[in-house]
Amino acid sequence: MLIRHRRRTDVVPSDITPEGIYLRRREFIGAAVGALALGGTRPAWAALIDNPAAEDSRRPQWWREAVAARQDGKPDTDEALTPYSDVTRYNNFYEFGTGKTDPMRHAGSLRVDPWSVTIDGHVDKPGTYTLEDVLKGQVLEERIYRLRCVEAWSMVVPWIGFSLADLIKRVEPTSRARYVAFTTLHDPEQMPGQRARLSGIQWPYVEGLRMDEAMHPLTMMVVGLYGRTLPNQNGAPLRLMVPWKYGFKSIKSVVRIEFTETQPPTTWNRMQPNEYGFYANVNPDVDHPRWSQARERRLPTSLFNPNWRETLPFNGYADDVASLYRGMDLQRFY
Amino acid sequence: MKPDVAAIQVRRWGGLIWLPGLLPLVVVLGQGLGGALGPDPVLALVSRLGWWGLVALVATLAVRPLAVMTRQGWLMRWRRDLGLLAFTYLTLHLLAWAGLLLGWQPRFIGAEVAERPYILVGMAAWLLLLPLALTSTRASRRRLGRRWGQLHRLIFPAILLGLAHQWWIQKSDYTEPVLFSLVVATLLVWRLRRGRRPQRLPKKPSATP
Repeated sequence: MLIRHRRRTDVVPSDITPEGIYLRRREFIGAAVGALALGGTRPAWAALIDNPAAEDSRRPQWWREAVAARQDGKPDTDEALTPYSDVTRYNNFYEFGTGKTDPMRHAGSLRVDPWSVTIDGHVDKPGTYTLEDVLKGQVLEERIYRLRCVEAWSMVVPWIGFSLADLIKRVEPTSRARYVAFTTLHDPEQMPGQRARLSGIQWPYVEGLRMDEAMHPLTMMVVGLYGRTLPNQNGAPLRLMVPWKYGFKSIKSVVRIEFTETQPPTTWNRMQPNEYGFYANVNPDVDHPRWSQARERRLPTSLFNPNWRETLPFNGYADDVASLYRGMDLQRFY
Repeated sequence: MKPDVAAIQVRRWGGLIWLPGLLPLVVVLGQGLGGALGPDPVLALVSRLGWWGLVALVATLAVRPLAVMTRQGWLMRWRRDLGLLAFTYLTLHLLAWAGLLLGWQPRFIGAEVAERPYILVGMAAWLLLLPLALTSTRASRRRLGRRWGQLHRLIFPAILLGLAHQWWIQKSDYTEPVLFSLVVATLLVWRLRRGRRPQRLPKKPSATP
């Protein structure tokens, strides 16, 4: 009689993974991981990500039509666009919380219609203009800009809007207007982040540009992205986009544009003047005191590829804008 | 020498802390691989590992006050493994930062350490915890005797450096560091007041005869 003693290293039939399951292992891991990550319940914002058109479809018709009638603008780039879901899920908009996903989750409480912008200071045509008035007769353009955050990450976004210069010319600033100050809506009822006690930020959020920066053709007022009206978490309904400056300069949900003679006090600069300069031009040679600005992570990244790339002076727009700062010490005026 | 019953209890029960203790790691890794950490998962991973490490470290510090105040001496069994859990998370925090975020590139790691004081402070905290992890075995405890307790007071400077690291990385919104600091301050005050009196743990005949 043959008695078979199984050695410990022998493979028995029950040890063999059926080929079907073997081939499906990625699917299986993905499902297990997904179940863990989502914890079985879908967060409230999941519907928004699944159906980004939902918010867009509730926007007033004149706004949607203006966005739909956009033309191709310059500059364009052949760099890969950051996906819509990342552009709308990963935001710094402290009015809705300091976490990157807070704006996506909480910005639904922002009422963007009706919306008006007060234009005052040294202008011949001051007044409060509705957004519809601002967009009336204004041809919108789609421009693909790099967005470089001061936190050393960057995106590539197809914005829809118009040159700020167009708006400035319409309101006719006087010769005393040397700076433009922008203010974000201040309404703690709609903006939960403004109710936080330990935020350290003085609301409302204020940003500013020198007049020549504001008049530069690259400087843009944005009302849409990715072919749709601007999502709330990205600064709806009207935001600034200055592609050669760190993202915090590109103020969101603008309710006031004031023309001033002196440099306006701006939010981050007032809070930490040694970390956030008034100019905030993207500059790989001037580090943030707490981190290097020499490189940036181009989003999206993955767990095993942080996707670093060298940061370019003026975020790659030096040919267009470096002349604005000729003769200035960029180490000092950072 | 009396048989170290407490140590045997640690060996038998302390290990159980790892089951719930490693759950956040599994979840955060799952989220990272599954895309739920967003478009910049490495940074989210690094910061969450650090956050859990700090939580576990504060919990380690809280074990003795909790055991004394509630008169539940058996709680002390969890302290050693809780401390090791904290060290595990903080080591992974460091590895994810150096490896996943900076790609093990000495040039960038060196520059970060040299130029960013908050990174230096965080590293110092980890270095203070290293000898504690290395001497966490019963054999070390026996060998070092009274000096073991003295050595393990390094958890206090380590946790203070950890808090400084946490304060330093905030851009705004200081709610979290304020809460952590209040908890640690409470534990330190308890410890300082307690330290003047003779050490006395409630003893249960079944646990520590």
